[in-house]
Amino acid sequence: MWAYIVRRLLATIPVAGVVAVFVFSLLHLAPGDPAAVIAGSYAMPKDVEQIREKLGLDEPIYIQFGKWMWQVAHGDLGDSIFSEVPVTRLIAQRVEPTLCLAAASIIVAIVMAVPMGVLAACKAGTWIDYLVMVFAVLGFSVPVFVIGYVLIYGFSVHAHFFPVQGFVSIREGVKPFLRSITLPSVALGVIYAALIARITRASLLDVLAEDYIRTAHAKGLSSGVVITRHALKNASVPIVTIVGVGIALLIGGVVVTESVFNIPGLGRLVVDSVLARDYPVIQGIIMMFSGIYLVINLLVDISYTFLDPRIQY
Amino acid sequence: MAQQWSDIAADGLSLKTREAPLARFREFARRNPTVVGGAAVLIVMVVLTLAAPYLSSNPFDLDPIRRLQVPSAESWFGTDNLGRDIYSRTLYGGRISLAVGLGVAVSATLLGLVIGLISGYSRSLDAVLMRIMDGLMAIPAILLAITLVAVTSASLENVIMAIAIAEVPRVARLVRSIVLTIREQPYVEAAVSIGTGLPKMFVRHILPNTMGPLLVQGTYVFASAVIDEALLGFIGAGIPPEIPSWGNIMAEGRVYFQLAPWIIFFPGTFLTLTVLAVNVLGDGLRDMLDPRLARQM
Repeated sequence: MWAYIVRRLLATIPVAGVVAVFVFSLLHLAPGDPAAVIAGSYAMPKDVEQIREKLGLDEPIYIQFGKWMWQVAHGDLGDSIFSEVPVTRLIAQRVEPTLCLAAASIIVAIVMAVPMGVLAACKAGTWIDYLVMVFAVLGFSVPVFVIGYVLIYGFSVHAHFFPVQGFVSIREGVKPFLRSITLPSVALGVIYAALIARITRASLLDVLAEDYIRTAHAKGLSSGVVITRHALKNASVPIVTIVGVGIALLIGGVVVTESVFNIPGLGRLVVDSVLARDYPVIQGIIMMFSGIYLVINLLVDISYTFLDPRIQY
Repeated sequence: MAQQWSDIAADGLSLKTREAPLARFREFARRNPTVVGGAAVLIVMVVLTLAAPYLSSNPFDLDPIRRLQVPSAESWFGTDNLGRDIYSRTLYGGRISLAVGLGVAVSATLLGLVIGLISGYSRSLDAVLMRIMDGLMAIPAILLAITLVAVTSASLENVIMAIAIAEVPRVARLVRSIVLTIREQPYVEAAVSIGTGLPKMFVRHILPNTMGPLLVQGTYVFASAVIDEALLGFIGAGIPPEIPSWGNIMAEGRVYFQLAPWIIFFPGTFLTLTVLAVNVLGDGLRDMLDPRLARQM
């Protein structure tokens, strides 16, 4: 198993390399001179020259890439063009709301989706199954911000259950924190849940057709035990996989949800940076998000060996 | 006697062809209700948006006195902050959103097909191409798209290109997996052994086998492209704001959301209906083209 983990770790390196090359080339993909792009439309030629020298943009491209990678490897993502604050500090300032939102959404999604998927699979062909499938297709067809606004309209504007927008840190009290995070995490969780519910149902349906499930029923185990101990455990590999793959969806959703609910997190930071063409910040955040995606999917792959000992590598 | 039989057969045949179109369609609809339902809603959407000039007024007409009007008999979906008719804007906006969906579906499918074919056939290029695809997949699609739009410039073509690039890896992976399965089939071995050239092999044996799954994948790409366009527009990093697309109309409604929720709700409903129809159509096509998969999902 350790050999597998090491092999899987090594396989991540070229993928991370591709991300790094893409992120680095962003600045050079933009039409025109990167130094002029950074300097903005009102810059004097002298300023452009200064920026070019400061950022080392006058050096050959492979040297620039090497230097940049060296910095990134040392945890230095450069400085923001506008605020001139190190990107790592900007990220650190904004990471808490995003982390809370993402974690809450994952919880909402799993708590919603797994029981729904299980119920649909057990009652396959009935109206319950049909209802869950409708939810799964519908959840995948609505943009997250539309769900967000519907929730705000229903629960904040009309009935004043939750604040309309904004984020309260958990340090300022658990209750206000929960109130501020509920609607955004439900909005984002619904979309994620649609994906997970669908896979849970499909995967469980496959397992329920196996002989050992019939055996378990035959030896007199209650349905609850058969489902949780025998079926769900064996159906878990595809479910965990989709939770991992869905992280990309979740990160994309975070970017939008934060704009809807006015949450000052990394999603807002990246949107603001894109609109302002603040390249070092964009590059830093993409590197970080992709890194998280790669690490989570690495963990998902490693978890297979624990979830299903039959899988050997 | 023989004469008689053939006459009866001919009669039966002609009877069949006379009744065939409608009866066959009914039979098809009974077997694939999702395909027919999804396609019907999609066709209605396409017709509505194409017929926009005949069904609605000018989406750019300003009428500041009638700004932020509630939906009424006069303006069915209400008006926005400049007094523009949301109904007209929604219909015209559908043109842009559907064009983005179609443009992305076609270009991502074609590009993914080429990459998938190459990497399914050449072991040396496979490793390189798949690492690039994995790398692209590691960047969340929305983030990739907004960044690409930001570094190029906001235009319809660039938005289509940006969303397409984010969608290509999935298509390429699908095509590659199909090619890898097909090349092990006995009939491909047989074709190789009688000296079939590579071009003919692709056209005769490989391509036809990818068409079904590609069509299904194409519908999913279309659906997510329409959503992605809306998200990009909403964030303000999409098609130039003066062009009404569903995303852009909703983006303008953000500020007035508490006063005039209809600016977001009507285009949102149209968008959801469209994406839902396309997704349902895709599921139906998948079940129709590959009954084995249908059992699994």
